[in-house]
Amino acid sequence: MSVIDQLFTELKQHGRKALMPFVTAGDPDIEFTANVIQELASRGATMCEVGIPYSDPIADGPVIQASYTRALDNRVKLAQILAMLEDTTGKIAMPIVTMVSYAIIHRHGLEKYVADAKAAGVAGAIVPDLLVEEAGPLAEICGREDFSLIQLVTPTTPRERALRIAESSTGFLYYVSVTGITGERQALPAEVSENVGWLRSQTDLPICIGFGISQPEHVRTLAPVADGLIVGSAFVRRMAAASERPREAVLAEIGDFAARLIEALEETTT
Amino acid sequence: MTDSSPTATKHVPDAAGRFGDFGGRYVPETLTRALDELAQEYEKAKRDPTFQEELDDLLHNYVGRPSPLYHARRLSEEAGGAQIWLKREDLNHTGAHKINNTLGQALLTQRMGKQRVIAETGAGQHGVASATACARFGLPCVVYMGAEDIRRQAPNVFSMKLLGAEVRAVETGSRTLRDAINEAMRDWMSSVETTHYIIGSVVGPHPFPMIVRDFQAVIGTEARAQMLARVGRLPDCVVACVGGGSNAAGMFYPFVEDQGVELVGVEAGGLGAEPGQHASPLTFGSPGVLHGSYSYVMQDEDGQTCDVHSMSAGLDYPGVGPEHSFWKATGRVEYTSCQDGAAMRGFDALARNEGILPALESSHAIAQAMEIAAKRGPDEVVLVCLSGRGDKDANEIARLKQADGDEATPAANGAGAGD
Repeated sequence: MSVIDQLFTELKQHGRKALMPFVTAGDPDIEFTANVIQELASRGATMCEVGIPYSDPIADGPVIQASYTRALDNRVKLAQILAMLEDTTGKIAMPIVTMVSYAIIHRHGLEKYVADAKAAGVAGAIVPDLLVEEAGPLAEICGREDFSLIQLVTPTTPRERALRIAESSTGFLYYVSVTGITGERQALPAEVSENVGWLRSQTDLPICIGFGISQPEHVRTLAPVADGLIVGSAFVRRMAAASERPREAVLAEIGDFAARLIEALEETTT
Repeated sequence: MTDSSPTATKHVPDAAGRFGDFGGRYVPETLTRALDELAQEYEKAKRDPTFQEELDDLLHNYVGRPSPLYHARRLSEEAGGAQIWLKREDLNHTGAHKINNTLGQALLTQRMGKQRVIAETGAGQHGVASATACARFGLPCVVYMGAEDIRRQAPNVFSMKLLGAEVRAVETGSRTLRDAINEAMRDWMSSVETTHYIIGSVVGPHPFPMIVRDFQAVIGTEARAQMLARVGRLPDCVVACVGGGSNAAGMFYPFVEDQGVELVGVEAGGLGAEPGQHASPLTFGSPGVLHGSYSYVMQDEDGQTCDVHSMSAGLDYPGVGPEHSFWKATGRVEYTSCQDGAAMRGFDALARNEGILPALESSHAIAQAMEIAAKRGPDEVVLVCLSGRGDKDANEIARLKQADGDEATPAANGAGAGD
């Protein structure tokens, strides 16, 4: 049983749901990322998704793109990110997964990526540009290593295909709430609950919803149908302030924001 | 990845979009359904005689095909060796080969019932060809173009706007073709249910590399027949420039099984062999993933795409179509790299000896063809794809030449002013 399987089993036993913030590694520097991850863990975030900066992220909106660009302009390297994660995961219980382009995994080597990430205490990977048809070789390695390979279902995914993705995904199933790129949105599509509800009736895999979620109100609406919620751009936007303002203050704001989301989550799960 | 050495064949890609090891589909799940629909619609269209009739009619009466095959005698003399023949894609409506693809894809857009088109452009030729096809079919068109390319290809920006397209400047990254593709893909992520993305080269996720190659194959099919009719035999060598690689793919594909015909692809050598100085992934890069496809690419050791350089906006791209990677792996096509300065000499040679201003992209092929011709006898035939005309480049060439202190050319300050 993988780290993420254990996490969701425990959450389920206690009738709880996961809040999973997304943070860009290396924006503005690797040390601050480590601080943010520890702050999130101390505030009770359930899991953390760490974005490995990529030069050509086509699924990402302006906020995450800009953060990747800042990190790469500061010459953050994969080896540094993994070293930071190795150090950080030793201090916290909160599992970490990486959001990482297949371009990076392929260049690093599939076996080596999984081995190195695992050695750094990472529990799994979300690979946003790896479709189920192309996922075979990486899925085989991840399966062997008990390293979760979390796959995505979107509003444009036909239902038969969604079942195939659910069968291939491990750890949890990532439901993308919108047809579009990452970024905060005021309103989320009404059919999210229905689509996730259908998926829920088809698979035992935990289902987490991401893209567009940025407010406690979104959390209240979606938590009843999901096992977890992923919040990205809203955290990354707050992190971006760290290059201009005192880091302690920015960290506290990020922690407070996480706490508000977690509070909204707890309201719906008692 | 298999380590077998396949032989080059026309029977690629397979159902998964693989050209040997290359190609495939590396995109967000959101785009999968649209790509599947496109592949299905294209297969249906291929079997539908009315589709081919409509496309042929457009190519003949609207584009002006077949484009001429021209024996460049004075250029051949200048090179001093083999005969150089030019396939005149520069004489197509809109001035380049790009229109062959955009009309085909506009017809597919209609068949799929999509109501909006997006496109990316580097040199602006694909942007103009997309804007043209969209005007012809009454489709709204948004063209993404890097801010640096908007500067260096200004005449094409005006044309696109005059044709009713909206040109969106892309300010991210290197502000060139690669970033324009990123932005077009992001637009498509949100608009995929109503919008077709007319990609401009043999790049991107399956089925784009196949569809664009097939629509461009008219170049090689015509040239092959014209050669047989005019010279009585096939050429000894066929040369084309390679950025993403659509004119080269269209030119080479119909010759792939003619083992006696040497095929040479010419990448942009930029200023030199150092990383960042050129745009030659097949020459200096390695296989990796970019823009939805597994192919040769310029990447650093972490898989980040490298900045590249070419004076020609249409070749200034860190990746290349997967079929070219396949042809490189099988040895069917030889890829080489031509630097900015040599390409400029190719431009001058064609302009002054034949009265033809080639696009800067095509100038790379001209320069390489002259070098090849110089080593061969007068009985040999070198066929070059003259993929586009150079009017769009006049200001940029004047600027580059002035920067080089080349006094034999008109000063740049006259070029942009009184016309």
